[in-house]
Amino acid sequence: MKSTYREAVRAALRDAMRRDERVFLMGEDVGRYGGGFAVSLGLLEEFGPERVRDTPLSESGFVGAGIGAALGGMRPVVEIMTVNFSLLALDQIVNNAATLLHMSGGQFNVPLVIRMTTGAGRQLGAQHSHSLEGWYAHIPGLRILTPATLADARGMLWTALEDPDPVLIFEHGSLYNVAGELEDDAGPVELDKAAVLRPGTDVTLITYGGTLAAVLDAADQLAGEGIDAEVIDLRVLRPLDDGTILGSVGRTHRAVVVDEGWRSGSISAEIAARIGEHAFFDLDAPVERVCSEEVPVPYAKHMELAALPSAERVVAAARRAVGARG
Amino acid sequence: MSPLLDTALPDPAHSRHLLQQMLRVRRLEEKCVELYSAARIRGFLHVYIGEEAVAAGVIETLAAEDAVVATYREHGHALLRGVSAGAILAEMYGRAEGCCRGRGGSMHLFDATTRFYGGNAIVAGGLPLAVGLALADKMAGRRRVTACFFGEGAVAEGEFHESLNLAALWQLPVLFCCENNLYAMGTALARSESQTDMALKAAAYEIPAWSVDGMDVLAVEEASRRAVDGVRSGGGPHFLELRTYRFRAHSMFDPELYREKSEVAQWMERDPIRLLQAAMETAGQLPEEQWAALQADVDAEITDAVAFAEAGTLEPVEDLTRFVTSQPGSELTSRAASDHNRARSAEGRAG
Repeated sequence: MKSTYREAVRAALRDAMRRDERVFLMGEDVGRYGGGFAVSLGLLEEFGPERVRDTPLSESGFVGAGIGAALGGMRPVVEIMTVNFSLLALDQIVNNAATLLHMSGGQFNVPLVIRMTTGAGRQLGAQHSHSLEGWYAHIPGLRILTPATLADARGMLWTALEDPDPVLIFEHGSLYNVAGELEDDAGPVELDKAAVLRPGTDVTLITYGGTLAAVLDAADQLAGEGIDAEVIDLRVLRPLDDGTILGSVGRTHRAVVVDEGWRSGSISAEIAARIGEHAFFDLDAPVERVCSEEVPVPYAKHMELAALPSAERVVAAARRAVGARG
Repeated sequence: MSPLLDTALPDPAHSRHLLQQMLRVRRLEEKCVELYSAARIRGFLHVYIGEEAVAAGVIETLAAEDAVVATYREHGHALLRGVSAGAILAEMYGRAEGCCRGRGGSMHLFDATTRFYGGNAIVAGGLPLAVGLALADKMAGRRRVTACFFGEGAVAEGEFHESLNLAALWQLPVLFCCENNLYAMGTALARSESQTDMALKAAAYEIPAWSVDGMDVLAVEEASRRAVDGVRSGGGPHFLELRTYRFRAHSMFDPELYREKSEVAQWMERDPIRLLQAAMETAGQLPEEQWAALQADVDAEITDAVAFAEAGTLEPVEDLTRFVTSQPGSELTSRAASDHNRARSAEGRAG
């Protein structure tokens, strides 16, 4: 069936609330407004204000309340409108959600799902254009998901809700309107593995979330030049699926990591380091990285585009890697 | 400040019980200070000495199914909620027998069986958790109360205001217990708050609120009973400002340069334990041999607890990364939810 990414997320929420009465959605404008990105449109009418719960503008308060509700046996899905607002709830996410299980010696797990929008590309200016999922991937105790495809937008939520620990889902804002075919019986997906979306033999392009489309585009362009690129969608930033990454690099001997986050201290840095640690002797070229320029994302369209990873930059990086064959 | 207890005494057995509860906290923490000085326990150590009437009076009014959320100064709350002194001390010793297997320490005591949810080192960090626990109860139709203890320093944090607003907006069953000991670490209340009447702040959120003499355990108990009844009967959140004082420094590292010794001495004249003890003696409720026996009981409990902690074992280092995430099929995963929720889940699956 035809679906947009937005509709796939909405279908996942509807499915979760139908399956388990402990599941409820909470966040700013998720109810009467229908969601800041119209994801939850119509859910209030179906499930009522107890389970589609509008909150005040108080991220720390309602994220913390989500953690408490999870401790109390509910299965909350907390929506934070955009990743910048999640910084107001960092205390609750990092100091409580991620640590309670360990600090309590295994007594108190936090079965909480937090969804938020991430990423740039919509001329929203610096504060609304951050890609901070890599920061969260730094924190032990959290699982970090980045659905890039319709199937993952539809399927990751239920699996996340079955996880006894806190899961953060980062939905790239530019994906909501993406439309495509979704299997009629699309449902839960596993959350442990990265996906090889396109097999190839010459270079591995590793990405996730909002930059996947640019990377697939780059792979098409490279094919036209006779370079056969393998494309990996990481899907899960924590825990990283080392096996798929290293297995692919072991076959192609070259890697380009594409990450909308800033280069310094990013998830791309972590991936490049792991390849260096574990696949150094498989490499025929230095690991390339295509990241955002290290500036707050500007508003003006041409400046914003120049700051973000593009298919052209990915193609150039892949050419460099392949050209290094010598 | 009156050196006398104004509140009428209850029956002798109940008076003795409250006196013993406060003394248990006092002796446990005096022992903690001793063990800390002897380097048997480490980390940050914040003791509650002087504030015992607050935990004793409030926790007395809670039922077993209620929840307690506390701060980093929570040894007393844990003990009075039912965590054994041995498990608390073993935790501070970093032992496997500690209530958190040595992973929490003094500031992070937790206990699932008594619904004791910490133990939070972030000032005001526990308030949103309490709101969420109460939200879960309300959504599940359970008539339980979540008691949330925090210091007056937390009142300056945004999470205080966010939490009170949410609790009042959604009429959640939370009892907010502000332990106003006048100092946020070393910053006096008047230096940190434009409005120093905590109950007024709660009232601004349409939450019923009272200020209570926090050195008078009977007054605390009475006010708490009234508030807990209000919460449990569906009256939404209630708020108690418990005016108290800590006799010792903020932590073992605090040289206490910010307050006069005379001020401390003045408050120590209203030692909550001595106040109740004197009132009981005056009323003939505490014959000397009973007082001696009570003290002996408490001393024996603490002595046993130290022995338990000293004899404790260490978690194997191979288990270092256990409990970062729940292990599939582990005891934890299977008891992830309360009985109620497991039952609901089963219903869901059956449906």
